[in-house]
Amino acid sequence: MKVGVVTFPGSLDDVDAQRAVRLGGHEAVALWHGDHDLRGVDAVVLPGGFSYGDYLRCGAISRFSPVMAEVIEAAQRGMPVLGICNGFQILCESHLLPGALIRNDHRKFVCRDQRLRIENVATPWTSSYEPGAEVTIVLKNGEGGFVADADTLDRLEGEGRVVARYLDVNPNGSARDIAGITNERGNVVGLMPHPEHSVEDLTGSGTDGLGFFTSLAAAVLS
Amino acid sequence: MPRVVVDVMPKPEILDPQGKAVLGALPRLGFSGVTDVRQGKRFELEIDGELTDEVLAEVRQMAETLLSNPVIEDFTVSVETVAAVEAVE
Repeated sequence: MKVGVVTFPGSLDDVDAQRAVRLGGHEAVALWHGDHDLRGVDAVVLPGGFSYGDYLRCGAISRFSPVMAEVIEAAQRGMPVLGICNGFQILCESHLLPGALIRNDHRKFVCRDQRLRIENVATPWTSSYEPGAEVTIVLKNGEGGFVADADTLDRLEGEGRVVARYLDVNPNGSARDIAGITNERGNVVGLMPHPEHSVEDLTGSGTDGLGFFTSLAAAVLS
Repeated sequence: MPRVVVDVMPKPEILDPQGKAVLGALPRLGFSGVTDVRQGKRFELEIDGELTDEVLAEVRQMAETLLSNPVIEDFTVSVETVAAVEAVE
């Protein structure tokens, strides 16, 4: 598959995401925030970082970049889109996902190997995990506290749209330990931890993140 | 030239860690008697031409779509008259 990775001004993890896409068995296609087309990709990753310097609110300016108009339209047609960290914030600002991400409740930047439970394995980004799989993936954020009103949270949980949940500790004050969610259709996933940093034994804490990038192939083949 | 001010505040039910940090710093500096601090944003928009209802409606739209995130923030729109601005300055 051809997987586009968007680079915004201030993106940090775009190259790591491209590498993870290749390790997952796909072709990585670099997309630029000013692009008006998606260059024929089959899926899109919005990587982590501090796009547009996090000015105004995290993801608030990126959401109106030319490439996002294309991404939003493609996502609404069903294209798989994965937003990691800043990418998750952009998806919330775009209203492709409900809720918002606010400053960590303890006010400090957090950087740790985070244990998670994968609770929804029906998305194109999580299909290669076993239901309820417990994994360890790098987490690093300053504004990773997921918030939404109680009705939205109930709906997310009731419809099985919580993709990943924090285990052991809640690192940022996220409501109901939520680390990642998906939209109603299940093609758009936002995740605060960084699976693209957990794909090789040489660096980091293991390869538990690779499943997010190998799942795509499984989703297409099934 | 008319100035329109958009004040954006975190919704009351949303945690405001920045406000909490300021609240924590005040007693350390010897200020007492403050029981809560909420931190928001203020946008000053200089408007070209006359301030009509249409323009104000458009400012509200700007506040809804870009200046605030309605999921976590409330906003108010107010008009500053030239006289009031000059008096302050």
